[in-house]
Amino acid sequence: MTAYLLTGARPLGEESTDVLVVDGQIAALGATAADTAVDTAAERVDATGLVLLPGLVDLHTHLREPGREDAETVASGSRAAALGGYTCVHAMANTSPVADTAGVVEQVWQLGRDAGYVDVRPVGAVTVGLAGERLAELGAMAQSHAAVRVFSDDGRCVADPVVMRRALEYAKAFDAVIAQHAQEPRLTAHAQMHEGVVSAELGLAGWPAVAEEAIVARDVLLAEHVGSRLHVLHLSTAGSVEIVRWAKTRGIDVTAEATPHHLYLTDELVRGYDPRFKVNPPLRTAVDVEAVRAGLADGTIDIVGTDHAPHPREDKDCEWAAAAFGMTGLETALSVVQAAMVDTGRMTWADVARVMSVGPARIGRVADQGRPLAVGEPANLTLVDPAARRTVLPGEQATASVNTPFAGMELPGRVVATFLHGRPTVLDGRLVRPGDR
Amino acid sequence: MKHLLSAGDLSRDEAVLILDTAAAMAATQERAIKKLPTLRGRTVVNLFFEDSTRTRISFETAAKRLSADVINFSARGSSVSKGESLKDTALTLQAMGADAVVIRHSASGAPHVLARSGWTRGAVLNAGDGTHQHPTQALLDAFTLRRHLVGRRHGTDAAGQDLAGLHVVIVGDVLHSRVARSNVELLHTLGARVTLVAPPTLVPVGVEPWTCEVAYGLDDVLATGPDAVMMLRIQRERMADGGFFPSPREYTRSYGLDARRLARLPEHTIVLHPGPMNRGLEISADAADSPRAVIVEQVGNGVAVRMAALYLLLAGADRPTGETE
Ligand SMILES: [Zn+2]
Repeated sequence: MTAYLLTGARPLGEESTDVLVVDGQIAALGATAADTAVDTAAERVDATGLVLLPGLVDLHTHLREPGREDAETVASGSRAAALGGYTCVHAMANTSPVADTAGVVEQVWQLGRDAGYVDVRPVGAVTVGLAGERLAELGAMAQSHAAVRVFSDDGRCVADPVVMRRALEYAKAFDAVIAQHAQEPRLTAHAQMHEGVVSAELGLAGWPAVAEEAIVARDVLLAEHVGSRLHVLHLSTAGSVEIVRWAKTRGIDVTAEATPHHLYLTDELVRGYDPRFKVNPPLRTAVDVEAVRAGLADGTIDIVGTDHAPHPREDKDCEWAAAAFGMTGLETALSVVQAAMVDTGRMTWADVARVMSVGPARIGRVADQGRPLAVGEPANLTLVDPAARRTVLPGEQATASVNTPFAGMELPGRVVATFLHGRPTVLDGRLVRPGDR
Repeated sequence: MKHLLSAGDLSRDEAVLILDTAAAMAATQERAIKKLPTLRGRTVVNLFFEDSTRTRISFETAAKRLSADVINFSARGSSVSKGESLKDTALTLQAMGADAVVIRHSASGAPHVLARSGWTRGAVLNAGDGTHQHPTQALLDAFTLRRHLVGRRHGTDAAGQDLAGLHVVIVGDVLHSRVARSNVELLHTLGARVTLVAPPTLVPVGVEPWTCEVAYGLDDVLATGPDAVMMLRIQRERMADGGFFPSPREYTRSYGLDARRLARLPEHTIVLHPGPMNRGLEISADAADSPRAVIVEQVGNGVAVRMAALYLLLAGADRPTGETE
């Protein structure tokens, strides 16, 4: 029997209490927790003043394995996730080979189990080879051991409206969702950054907001037409927020995601041509950031997804046009959400749990994640110290890559402990190896 | 001034100093012996990731006339294929002891990355980066404008003066033009008024904060009697990739400078072009060869301006205080 007593924790930031974890479940709360702990010889974890959240769930992680193990592996990405407070991540399909068969998704799922730091839920490709032409075998992936419920060609847009329509329809058979990377390809050929005042000055080819909004608008209408679930990945513009808000009032079954970087950073940062700020969709304007924050606060945007996108050094140590798109995010997401949403008074910690755990688990149909903090529930838990402040040091992160846009920034909040099915993966802010306890 | 990356980085006084220094350099070029000992023992590297014989020769001539050692390095790697990485090349050049790196690159911002990276300790001179900046082109244009329109008007040497009160019209593919971006910034700094004229498809979204006016009709702008008209090169390949205008014929009809339009300009108005020209597209042969055209002179002024830039970047720090040329 393994047992832990978290003393003085504040569930969802509320009144402090004791939480007893026994054999993977929350066994007791409050005064009874301490009493029961004596019987179970529970290890005590001092959680005084720490906020207790259900373990974070990321619907949007690039773990790069198989194929780009020089950027990240399932193991290194899992460690980064645990340190970031995550207990479950969805591994995007744009690997090499692409996760477009039952074989590849089962391989990734097994690598996740072997690593043992988080539940790794593979995302399946919508189309064969992410080519946007023929549907991949969604059914085989859904019925595999990996039990895929999220399909996405992320990195590329399912641009063909007929292919998108078929995917939305077909996924209904297994209650799966199509997660769209909304980017009209013709409007974004050679695009390097948000199209606007800064791109005009810097002479970088523009990625116009309309290229995202046109696809979001099309897709919500398609989802309505065929009665399917749609998830909009990394929504980044004020216009997209408005379209999703409109779609929800119309009763369309759409969910939307914002990334930490689109909640916190703007295209002004591109002025130094530092490729750490190169990402797709691009950093937008302050007006967009404000709209995305408002959308997240009012529920138009359902979740925060990291779009953790590690890249080897040489892909960022070069001129802007040659650099890869993407930034890491697993180890900074919670801090950025605290800074952008909690410390600004726009969201409570209960809201954080909603957008970083409950919501993503619901969209991904992950039954044992994102659960209430109640007796009998699975003990996937995160303890965060909201009073801590830390400077982001890329070299000290667990991800195998250093392309964090937050390098050198001071951010609030620190993950102190993470519990995966009742077992600590992080204690005192340090990784706990699966065999160690 | 440690580097010369963007025209917008220059203050009015710095820009005037470069123009004045260029005037002094130009004077030495009238002599039989053109070479000055100023940069003896210094090494200037021409690092060209993009073909431009004209600009490379101009910088090479400038450096040699100042007695610098010149290394020409052509790394044709496109940004997409990443044939030769900017970093490895820069580190190699650093090992050769480059005091200044003149860089031309198809990627906007490449000189900024080089200057920031620590890959080279030398001064970085931007010789044209993507669709971003070409500061020495803007300086040579300003130098040419001052010679013709300020010096002449006042009947004196224009030393110390800027371009206050002049109206300069820049016509053509603003969207893809580093020359336009650099000129808008520098000419504004020097007090001139700038009007950009282009079809709306060739004006960038986000142009609003630029320190210039934007117009779509060339004839209306020419009717205001500008002091100078600068024609930008239209790259024919833009037609294939994007269809920015319906046909070369329609472009020429609406935005080309020909004898008819030239005749309606005030007598003192000069015509500039950064070259190489597409005769018959953005400029007709008779306009290009007219006495108002200072296009050939721009080339010679380019050497003087680049001598001044190299001199101020490399020797400037060593100059005794109080010396002002
Ligand atoms: Zn994406």
